[in-house]
Amino acid sequence: MHKIWAFIRGCFLLLRKGSKVYYAWVSALLVLVVVGGFAYANQMYYGLIVTAMRDQVSWGFYISNFTFCVGVAAAAILLVIPAYVYHWKPIKEIAILGELVAVSAIVMCLLFVTVDLGRPDRFWHLIPKIGLLNFPQSLLAWDVVVLNTYLVLNFSIAGHMLYKYYYRREPNMKYVFPLLLFSIPAAISIHTVTAFLFNGLAARPFWNASILAPRFLASAFCSGPAGMILMFQVIRKWTNFDVQDKAIFKIAELIAYAMFINLFLLGAELFKEYYSDTAHLAPVKYLFQGLDGHSDLVSYIWTAMIFNTTAFFLFLIPQTRENFVTLNIGCVLMFIGVYIEKGMGLVIPGFVPDVLGDFYEYSPTGTEIMVTIGIWATGLLVYTLLLRIAVPIMNGDFHVGEDGVNPFIGDKLFLVRKRVVVEEEDFDTP
Amino acid sequence: MSDMEEHDERVFRLTRRKALKGLALGIGAMVLPAKDASASVWESFFQKHFRELGKPERQKILARLEKEYSARYKKSVRVKDTPPPEGVLFGYALDLSRCVGCRRCVYGCVTENNQSRDPQIHWIKVLRLEKERGVDLEHSEQYYNPETVPQEGYFYMPVQCQQCENPPCTKVCPVQATWKENDGIVVVDYNWCIGCRYCMAACPYGARHFNWKKPGLPAGDMNPDTHYLGNRPRPVGVVEKCIFCMQRTRERDGKYPACVEVCPVGARKFGNLLDPSSEIRNVIENKRVFILKEDLNTQPKFYYFYSV
Repeated sequence: MHKIWAFIRGCFLLLRKGSKVYYAWVSALLVLVVVGGFAYANQMYYGLIVTAMRDQVSWGFYISNFTFCVGVAAAAILLVIPAYVYHWKPIKEIAILGELVAVSAIVMCLLFVTVDLGRPDRFWHLIPKIGLLNFPQSLLAWDVVVLNTYLVLNFSIAGHMLYKYYYRREPNMKYVFPLLLFSIPAAISIHTVTAFLFNGLAARPFWNASILAPRFLASAFCSGPAGMILMFQVIRKWTNFDVQDKAIFKIAELIAYAMFINLFLLGAELFKEYYSDTAHLAPVKYLFQGLDGHSDLVSYIWTAMIFNTTAFFLFLIPQTRENFVTLNIGCVLMFIGVYIEKGMGLVIPGFVPDVLGDFYEYSPTGTEIMVTIGIWATGLLVYTLLLRIAVPIMNGDFHVGEDGVNPFIGDKLFLVRKRVVVEEEDFDTP
Repeated sequence: MSDMEEHDERVFRLTRRKALKGLALGIGAMVLPAKDASASVWESFFQKHFRELGKPERQKILARLEKEYSARYKKSVRVKDTPPPEGVLFGYALDLSRCVGCRRCVYGCVTENNQSRDPQIHWIKVLRLEKERGVDLEHSEQYYNPETVPQEGYFYMPVQCQQCENPPCTKVCPVQATWKENDGIVVVDYNWCIGCRYCMAACPYGARHFNWKKPGLPAGDMNPDTHYLGNRPRPVGVVEKCIFCMQRTRERDGKYPACVEVCPVGARKFGNLLDPSSEIRNVIENKRVFILKEDLNTQPKFYYFYSV
């Protein structure tokens, strides 16, 4: 117990040390968090009327972002599987970064659901025993369970490993390995349950398609890893931590397969809707073509389609996949593409036209956008702080000192651009 | 000099402390409604689920609510918790060949059930349908506004909660804040609902409505005869729906729901499905009825029929 406190104390000492860039970045994020906080206080004061949601479209931007973030969180297993099932070294070195992405993304998920609640003061009604969780009937109750399980799981795996490395010992794989294996079905479960949450509603034909859960998973393995590839490049340029090209290219290859499945399933869905041409086509038509003069989402979804398809080819062709310019373009396109497709493109057509044929076109208000930015900033802040601890520990720049009590902090800067190394890399890249 | 500095510092510290306190109070005031910032706020915060309450606890809560509402609306408000009557399953029938689309039911309902007037919440929606298309919801119009109704070429279909036997909305609620009572009425505990609006996504009839804002209910318009699970004033951020006017229909000297009473053409029928001599059973027996979206297996207790 003593040692845990010493570790936590050391972490807090470490968090306060950093370069000017580190301080600037963290303060910028804090400003956005505060802005989001004020927007949320405004929403608390006036009620959800300050959002664009209404009875017809009763979920909007918050739940869209929630759905997307669940996907990002689930994607951590794309690193865990090659690292710990196939013991592939280049990815094993970075698997912990994926777990930390999962932790940050789940924090965002929980925040997005909370800001969407009409009565956040009653959140305790969701706690089993104290409140009245409607488990196993309600899929939202399932989501509460699996999301929190996944959060605890990733936090304890990464936490245990970092703790052990801090005390310069090997992690106890007897405990960690079963947890790592368990995190694989847990990751699949968070996205499956989130898909079922929409899928199970017969009232909404747009969601009531059994292909939804597989599509969710496929797209999750595109967006999350695409974000990670970008993040890893930032990490290796700005910190002392190295991520091998091999690892990045392997992830990119896996993304290509996932995107193929995603596009194929989407095609299957579109064929069924258009060829059978029933009344259930209306939401699909609203999304892709516009219906009865309502066409707010059309330009968004086609942007997503073009982005996703372009990115698919960039990831598929080895030459473009292993060229960092085209690879990064692909990552950005895919992240945005899936963000649209799995966010607004999924949630809103479920409500338009509504169950009685009413059209209410939704687009988020300033409050919703500011709260959302605040939550994204919170997620990035959590990830930054976790990296601030994890990166020096894994580099051996942060560990317990000679006296066995006080920490040794070798890396006092954290975020510094490695100019020399970058140039070397440019020449040395085979 | 140093004394002055020390003094200044102390002043600064005090003001800073004051500023922090002010900030905390400000945030607190934002979260908690200032007017009700009394013991009752905490009592309602820690209130248990309605069905887990014992009788004395229930009485205490009803008394607390009556006191609160009476003060707010400046009249003697009653909050009942009349249970479902034995041997009763409420059913409703609506005659589409009589309905003229006048929307008196919509506003009769609002008057009776204390819905928010600003913004307006309507438990009943009247759809204008094209005669050529029949019951084709996708081509319905809710916002028709001619000089007079009915209009040539159209018929009208009021839709409200269908009080399903197999309700998709109660199943999805993550905290069991909504459920079906023994008389078939689907209710919401407004003090337990967390406002996630999952039930609204699940309802195939658009029958659930959310209080996006603190309901605007002028004291003069408030109906003081209320039921805890029914028409009592609702807080902000919770879901509400048609409850078959349980404050009227569940009483010993039971009255019809407001919408039945107010309908000028007698298109609305209401009664006990378990009573063979009831009007509702007579309609089912002698007219040909249909239910809305039968393919979803929600099994509504709300029947539509054509008398002519």
